[in-house]
Amino acid sequence: MTHDRSRPRAGISRRSFLSTSGAVGAALGVGAGDAAAQQAGPDVAAGDQPTITLTVNGQHRTLNVEPRTTLVEALRDNLGLTGTKIGCNQGQCGACTVLLNGRRMNSCLILALVADGTDIVTVEGLADPDGALHPMQQAFAENDAFQCGYCTPGQILSAIACIDEGHATDAAEIREYMSGNLCRCGAYPNIVAAVESVRDSQEG
Amino acid sequence: MLNFAYHRPDSLSAAIDAARVEGADILAGGTTMIDLMKIGVREPSALVDITGLAALEGLEVGADRIRFGALARMADVADDAELKAAAPVLTESLWKAASPQLRHAARLGGNILQRTRCPYFRDTAFAQCNKREPGSGCAALDGGETNLHAILGGSDACVAMYPGDWAQALIAFDAEVTTQGTGGTRTIPFADLHVLPGDMPEVETILEPGEIVTEITVPVVPALKASHYLKARDRESYAFASASAAVGVEIEGDVVGDVRIALGGVAAVPWRAREAEESLKGGPLTEETAREAGRIAFAEARPLEGSAYKIRLGADVVAGALMTAKSRANGGE
Repeated sequence: MTHDRSRPRAGISRRSFLSTSGAVGAALGVGAGDAAAQQAGPDVAAGDQPTITLTVNGQHRTLNVEPRTTLVEALRDNLGLTGTKIGCNQGQCGACTVLLNGRRMNSCLILALVADGTDIVTVEGLADPDGALHPMQQAFAENDAFQCGYCTPGQILSAIACIDEGHATDAAEIREYMSGNLCRCGAYPNIVAAVESVRDSQEG
Repeated sequence: MLNFAYHRPDSLSAAIDAARVEGADILAGGTTMIDLMKIGVREPSALVDITGLAALEGLEVGADRIRFGALARMADVADDAELKAAAPVLTESLWKAASPQLRHAARLGGNILQRTRCPYFRDTAFAQCNKREPGSGCAALDGGETNLHAILGGSDACVAMYPGDWAQALIAFDAEVTTQGTGGTRTIPFADLHVLPGDMPEVETILEPGEIVTEITVPVVPALKASHYLKARDRESYAFASASAAVGVEIEGDVVGDVRIALGGVAAVPWRAREAEESLKGGPLTEETAREAGRIAFAEARPLEGSAYKIRLGADVVAGALMTAKSRANGGE
């Protein structure tokens, strides 16, 4: 099976930009202070906290995690990136959605050890360093696509992936392929409108 | 979540050795396993992460057989244009399952081995669950809610429903599963992989400790091209089946040659409705004969108070799926 994962994606192109300007960020790696920490090898005992490396929003980060640490916990607790939310914490609500090697996934169901060596994009990595919002962030604001905002980071990551995957052809397909992100405020019509507007601007 | 040891073997033989150890569980996409660990239903002492075994990925749509690597991702297979053209039931039953995020993480081998959504199996506050704690009883049969439970294949010990969608397409089209374990390699008819609950509902498959699914294959037959997966559920997307049907037909002239029917959301294991298939062979496929096939498919159903609705819904779903398959056999969408 040859699935082309190399074609340009909104998240990846932005990430490429970040990685070229991430020299300062690379020095910010946290959790690597324990000199005795072992790099995660093929076998990790319960309770061990080996070192893993993630590329998060273009920056190389090293951190120490237990086997039971999930990716969302590593992002929030180890790296301080609290934009990714924990909602149900069992893969049902989508609030924890991140891009992992370009794929949208529920970071609450992925062990941090499993994510070792991968490339992660969170909502913190979307805006330009000068503060200009990602087109999807801008579209959510312009379309009033949220109320309380708790589900919004996951919605935005998922929406970017939805378009990149080619599953935003019409409103029905957007609803189907955004169904993994629940919004208890019920902003769904405006979320669909935001996705449509970004899709249309990319087509133009 | 309780802590556990983590192993990421770089060979299948090392994975088998690690996974055969008592208390060890195999980890692929993790969408079932990590969930069950968080809610305390599974408490493995070790997880054996097999996702590094790249040889188990891949999809090959051949002229005679379709081969799915056990580590192929649901999302990739669901989006494969070649597979969609050759066997729509095998893509529809994937994209109508779970959510996009779950489908990107979940792998096919884990998908077919997913666990029941029975609320009493999943909620450890209920002491009674013969599947989770053998001999403890069944909270569903003992006055519990039964609207999510099996009406086919259940037993006096367990009426938990097998929740998967893709498995129905596999059993309808005579898929085979290849595994590797301590005893070497074996190929199992998909229909033999899952076992009925009987008086041992804790045993769900014939797989031995350490035995790893490596590949799933489906023989190509004409009915695959005119196939369909129809799924009825409480909401339009991202829900388990209330009742579903994986079907396919081959029609010669006006006469049904080959027909396949499998039922989701209603049975304890993946469920082939062979008597319903037989009722259609050699005759015309009309709305009337499709409805009769639907009725036959549920003739042996043993509904509980909450699950009786599945009989009529399921029969309607079978009939509706067959009419779509007929339209495809005639060149329609």
